[in-house]
Amino acid sequence: MLGLDKKDMTTLLVVAALVLLAPFILNPFPANSAMAQFNAGYPDLMQRFVIFGIFAIGFNILFGLTGYLSFGHAAFLGVGSYSAVWMFKLLSMNVIPAILLSVIVAGLFALVIGFISLRRTGIYFSILTLAFAQMSFNLAYSVLTPITNGETGLQLTLEDPRILGQTATESGGIPVTNLFGIEMRGSETLYFGDWSFQFSAGYYLCAIIMLISFYISVRIFRSPFGLMLRAIKSNKTRMNYTGLNTKPYALAAFVISGMYAGLAGGLLASMDPLAGAERMQWTASGEVVLMTILGGAGTLIGPVLGAGFIKYFENIFSKINESVLHSWFSFLPESVENGAVWVAEHFVGGGWSLTLGLLFMLVVTFLPGGLVEGGQRIIKLFRRRKADDGAEQRAAKSHPAE
Amino acid sequence: MDAIILQFLNGLDKGSAYALIALGLTLIFGTLGVVNFAHGALFMIGSFCAVTLSKLFTLSFETLDPTRKDFLGNPLKIKTPYVEQWFGPDTGAVLIDWAVPLAILFAIPIMIAVGFIMERGLIKHFYKRPHADQILVTFGLAIVLQELVKHYYGANPIQTPAPEVFRGSFDFGTLLGFDPNVIIYPYWRLVYFAFAAVIIGGVFAFLQFTTFGMVVRAGMADRETVGLLGINIDKRFTIMFGLAAAVAGLAGVMYAPINSPNYHMGMDFLVLSFVVVVVGGMGSLPGAVAAGFLLGILESFASMNEIKGLIPGIDQIIIYVVAIVILLTRPRGLMGRRGVMEE
Repeated sequence: MLGLDKKDMTTLLVVAALVLLAPFILNPFPANSAMAQFNAGYPDLMQRFVIFGIFAIGFNILFGLTGYLSFGHAAFLGVGSYSAVWMFKLLSMNVIPAILLSVIVAGLFALVIGFISLRRTGIYFSILTLAFAQMSFNLAYSVLTPITNGETGLQLTLEDPRILGQTATESGGIPVTNLFGIEMRGSETLYFGDWSFQFSAGYYLCAIIMLISFYISVRIFRSPFGLMLRAIKSNKTRMNYTGLNTKPYALAAFVISGMYAGLAGGLLASMDPLAGAERMQWTASGEVVLMTILGGAGTLIGPVLGAGFIKYFENIFSKINESVLHSWFSFLPESVENGAVWVAEHFVGGGWSLTLGLLFMLVVTFLPGGLVEGGQRIIKLFRRRKADDGAEQRAAKSHPAE
Repeated sequence: MDAIILQFLNGLDKGSAYALIALGLTLIFGTLGVVNFAHGALFMIGSFCAVTLSKLFTLSFETLDPTRKDFLGNPLKIKTPYVEQWFGPDTGAVLIDWAVPLAILFAIPIMIAVGFIMERGLIKHFYKRPHADQILVTFGLAIVLQELVKHYYGANPIQTPAPEVFRGSFDFGTLLGFDPNVIIYPYWRLVYFAFAAVIIGGVFAFLQFTTFGMVVRAGMADRETVGLLGINIDKRFTIMFGLAAAVAGLAGVMYAPINSPNYHMGMDFLVLSFVVVVVGGMGSLPGAVAAGFLLGILESFASMNEIKGLIPGIDQIIIYVVAIVILLTRPRGLMGRRGVMEE
C-alpha cells in the first residue's frame, strides 16, 4: 500500500498510531495524582515532540544516509521561523502560506550553503557548516536587526499590515494563527474519570505534517536515490571512479534536509508566532545531531524516537527541584540522602544541559547505533537464548544453529 | 595611519589567544589525529584557574574592631584575607595583586592533569572511530565541562583584574612620533602578546631542538614507522596532549583580565579557533599561529567604523567569510601539506 512494502507499512502505521493517539498515551497518570508530573500529554510539549521529530527526520536524511555531519542545521530552522513570522506579519495569520514560505526560503538557503560546503568532506564539511551557521547567528543578532529584530526576537505587533487578514481582532488584540479559521491554540479537553486528555488543533496539524514527512522519508530511504546516498556514505571515491558525479545527489539530500528543518521552524512559529536568533545557535544544531544519534542514525524510526526522548526528558528534568529530590530519596538515611540529593542536583532543573552532554558522551561511546540498535541487541539476545534452547534439544541430531 | 596602527595592536591580543588555542588544536590533530571539540573548554578551565586562585587568595576571616563603629553603631567588621595573616600584610597584598600571573604556576599541573585524564580516559578509545564520533564525543565533553563550571561559578562573568602595575595604558603613539594619547594600549595586552610569543616560541623550540620533539615530529609524519622502530609513540603523544591542554589553559589564565571569564567563553573561542586551524592548514603548526594572528588582526580592522560604514556587519562575519573563501580556493589552508588530514 502507498508504495511501501509490508514492513515499512507496519512501521508507518505504528508511528501514525503513536502520534495520533499521543494525547492518550502520554497521559497515563490521573491529573491530580503524584505521578501527574510525568505526564507529557499537553499540547505545548506534544507539539515540540513532533516538530523536533520532523527536524530530526530531515537531519537523518543527510547524516544517516550520506554520512555528512552538518553542524549548522539550526540555521535552517531559524530561517524557517523568521520567514513564517514575516508571513504572519505581512500576509495573513493563516499558517499554510507561512509554512510554505518557510520551506521554500530554507530550501534556497540550504542550496547556497550546501553548494559551497559540499565542496569539502569530513571534518571540513562540519566546520564549514558550523561557520555558516555561526555567521547567520551573528548576522541575525547584529546587522540584520531590521529583519530579525535582534536580541528581542521577531514578534507580531498591532501595526502589522496583514494584507489578506486583519491587523487586529475586534477586541483590539493581535489575531492568533489559524488554519482557515481553526485556531492553532484552540484545544478540547476530554474528561474521563480522574484523567483529562487535551486535543489541540495545533498538535494535530503538526502531527499530520509530521506523518507526511515521515512517509516521504520512508520513500526516500527505499528509493534508488536513497540507495545512491548510501553508496556515497560507504565509498564516495569508488562512486567517483565509476564515472558518477556524487555532488548533485549529496546536494539534493542537503537541500531536502534543509527544507525539513525549515518546515520545523515554520511550524514552531505557527504554534507560537515568535522567532529568535538563539534558535540558530550551534548548541541547537548539536541538539538535533544528538536526537538523531540517540535514536539511531540511518534508521527510519530512530530520529523520531530520539527527538521524543530528548524533549520528554528535557521537560521532566527541568521540572524537578531540590525538594522533589528530597522526597524521592527520603527513604535513605539522612547523610546518604543529602549525598544523593547533592549528586542528583547537578543533573536536574537548570542542570539539564549537563545531563544532555553526558548523554551525548555515553551514547556515542557505548551505543553508536542509538536506541534502535540497543533495542535490536536486546531482541537478538532473547532470540539467541530461544535459539540456544532449541539447539540444545536438537544438538544430538544436528549441528547447533549459528 | 594612527587608527590603523591602533587596530593592528588591538588585533594582536585576540590574535594571540586564537594562535595559542589553534596551536594546541593542531598539536592534537597532528599527533593523535583527533578533532577535539573540547579544546575551547580547556581554555575556559584555564581562565577559571585564574578566578579560583584569586578567590582563594582573598578568602578572608572576619574580626571585630571594638574601637571603630560602622554607620549602624555596631563594632566594625574587618575582613582579613588568610594570606595576609600568614605571610604578613605586605606579602599578602602582593600575592592578591599578582593572583593572575601566579595562577600560571597553579594552572600548569591542573591543565596537564586534565589533559592526561581526558586523553587516557576518553579520547584514547576514539582513535579508530570515525571523525564524526570524535567530534560528537568531545562536543558532549565540552558541554559537560561548561555546565559543571556554570554550576559552581555561576552564569555571570567574573571580573579578574590584572596586577596593579599593568592596569594602566601605554602611550604607544609617542614612540612612533604621534601626538600623545592617540595610540594608547593597555599594558596587560602587551604582556599577553609577549607571553603568547614566549609560549609559541617555547613549543616550537621544544619540537625543533629536543630529541623528544624530534620523535614527536617523526611520529606526526609517519606514526607506524616510528612505532616499528621500537619507540612508544603513544606515550609521547599522550604527553603532547597534556602539553596542548596546558597551552590552551595558560592562554586562558592570562586572558582572564582581558575578558572576564564566563562559562561559555570556551565555546565562543572554539568555533573561531577551528576556523583558524582550517585557514592555517590542518596539521600545520606555523600555519595555525600565522592564521591566528592574521584573523585576529583582520577582525579588529573590520570593526573600524570606516569599514563598518562601507560594509555593515562585516566585523561580525569577517572571520567566517575569510574561512569560506580560503577553504574554497586553497582547500588545504594557507600552509597545509598534501596528505595531511585531507578528509
